[in-house]
Amino acid sequence: MSAAHWRKAMNFTAARRDWSGGRAVAPPGRAPAVAPPSAPGARDWRLWRHVGVRHVVVLAAVLVYPWIVPPFFAFQIGGQALTLGLIALSLTFLAGYGGMLSLAQMTIAGIAGYVVAILGVSGTAEISLGWPWWLVVILAIAAGTLAATFIGWLSVRTEGIYTIMITLAIGVAFFYLAQQNYAIFNGFQGFQKVLPPVVLGIDWRAPIPYYYLALFWALAGYFFIKHLIRAPFGVALQGVRDNARRMSALGYSPVAHRVAAYAVAGVIASIGGVLMVWYNGLISPGSVGVSWLINILIIAVLGGMRHPIGPFIGAVVFVLLQNFAIDLVDRERFNLVIGVIFLVIVLFSPDGLLGWWDGLREWTRRRIDRPRSAIHGAGWRSVGVQQARPASRS
Amino acid sequence: MADNARLFFATLLNGLTLAALYFLVASGFTLVFGLLRNVNLAHGSLYLVGAYVGWVVGDWLGSWFLAVAAGFVCAALLGLILQIGVFRFMPGQDLRQTMATIALSIIAADIALWVWGGEIYQFDPPGWIIGATPLPIVGKFPTYRLVLLATAIVIGLGLWWFLVRTRVGMMIRAGVDDRAMLSASGIDVQKVFAITFAIGAGLAGFAGVVGGTALSIAPGEDTRYLLASLVVVIVGGMGSVTGAALGAVLVGVAEQFGLAYAPTYGIMFTFVIMALVLAFRPQGLLGRRA
Repeated sequence: MSAAHWRKAMNFTAARRDWSGGRAVAPPGRAPAVAPPSAPGARDWRLWRHVGVRHVVVLAAVLVYPWIVPPFFAFQIGGQALTLGLIALSLTFLAGYGGMLSLAQMTIAGIAGYVVAILGVSGTAEISLGWPWWLVVILAIAAGTLAATFIGWLSVRTEGIYTIMITLAIGVAFFYLAQQNYAIFNGFQGFQKVLPPVVLGIDWRAPIPYYYLALFWALAGYFFIKHLIRAPFGVALQGVRDNARRMSALGYSPVAHRVAAYAVAGVIASIGGVLMVWYNGLISPGSVGVSWLINILIIAVLGGMRHPIGPFIGAVVFVLLQNFAIDLVDRERFNLVIGVIFLVIVLFSPDGLLGWWDGLREWTRRRIDRPRSAIHGAGWRSVGVQQARPASRS
Repeated sequence: MADNARLFFATLLNGLTLAALYFLVASGFTLVFGLLRNVNLAHGSLYLVGAYVGWVVGDWLGSWFLAVAAGFVCAALLGLILQIGVFRFMPGQDLRQTMATIALSIIAADIALWVWGGEIYQFDPPGWIIGATPLPIVGKFPTYRLVLLATAIVIGLGLWWFLVRTRVGMMIRAGVDDRAMLSASGIDVQKVFAITFAIGAGLAGFAGVVGGTALSIAPGEDTRYLLASLVVVIVGGMGSVTGAALGAVLVGVAEQFGLAYAPTYGIMFTFVIMALVLAFRPQGLLGRRA
């Protein structure tokens, strides 16, 4: 995206920021952007304005969590859920706010993971180059982002339902490439013993350090997306989602916004991919197979795509199911369970668990505050799954 | 030199027979998409389930032809159930329908794994089609692959005749062009939808038995043929049966040449074709702008 586009986005959307993020917020005014340094108090107040009790409680809970549970829960449940949630967050951003349901987010994560294994240290010494970890991580995220931009550039040429087909085809093609190719990807076996480095004397694969590493990036991703969807770029992207033709008439380039959204989602998915390969300690074609491409979709849909917290909720539920639902049925039948749950969510709750939460809140509010319920529905805009589809023909 | 020519033509013929199989799978996919705007990502599962059911019937009755028929009928019935039982209740919500098909494909794959296990099954076709036929240049070539090629051509012509000459075919084509108008002219659109879905799904099941005979049936084949259908219709153009034929030939031949000349990068040939088509003609070679 060129600087001119950015400038355009900055100028044009500034006046209409009051509806950003899919829910009605008070107009923030333009003060923070050009605030004189003499008024730090007002600025601080603005920053903390959105922080409620529940935010503090949740943050405290996730910070304390690994110390009060056994290591299994900190690593296998907490660490894995945060990692998967981060990858699914990139899909939520693309689908919920950009209207592009990409099934290739796990492929991007996988590309970053493969780069970590190929350039860094792994059990397959013939292929792995053993470069220093910080260089490897930077290159892995760069490679993932580049791949994401390319996938975006290919798939934004068509719209809506085609995106899912194209990204699925790309994802499956990469899976077969990784499986067939032995020179670079080491074929079916992939790479074992891809471990995070020991930095500052801490082994980052130990449960609690890994949990905090994943938590840091999950929080960073979450707040970044939360900020981005209210920033001019995010607002313009949502405009493109809702009506690409109108945005085009206003002087925006829908293609540039969509490709940029893919790139941004690519950065997040790549970070998730690096964490994923460190979490698993290995990467193989199975990590980027169809079932995992779809699992990311399931996580995002399960949680709900109308808010960046959705993928993390979805990931927690998914990981808990993966570890405990199999005790209820046959150990081998996890796919059946997750498939049925996904079907139920798709059929009965298109907004995922967040949709149920909102429905519950709505219901209680109506019980408490009956007269105002009429007004409440008016300003409501759903960022649901059904609307993650560009209205190209209006 | 002679050996090179032999390899070249044998690869070409292999590519064409693979294309025949891809066409059988993808024609149903594109037919359903063209009319119903439903990207049926459970299409690969219909292929696999049709193949398994065909195998069971063939094993039970000892007739390969009955197995083919059983594969078709079973998949067609499943398709009918899907359309009448699920997709009819979410008209116009193509994304939700697609996600429902993803969920169904996960469920179907797991149930198939449950029932039939992870073993590889092989069909037992009648003796006269499993031999080899001498051909010029190529030498001996499996008869069955030639039969497959002929079958695909016959099915393709039959589909063309059905769509162009029959009343139902005309309704389907009219529906592809303008669903609202078709419905306004007093035709029961739901019935047309159901028929189309049944034919499309049935073709997948048919291809399951026919393709399972050429190769084998095992878990994971559903993904392979789903990818093939996706790439074929992306290349050929969504909703166009002729496009599916063209796309199948391109993809099938490219895949075989990839396997013969650059084994570990074979899939890249397919991918490059898809990327080129998307870059220069996003609606597919014979597709129209949606």
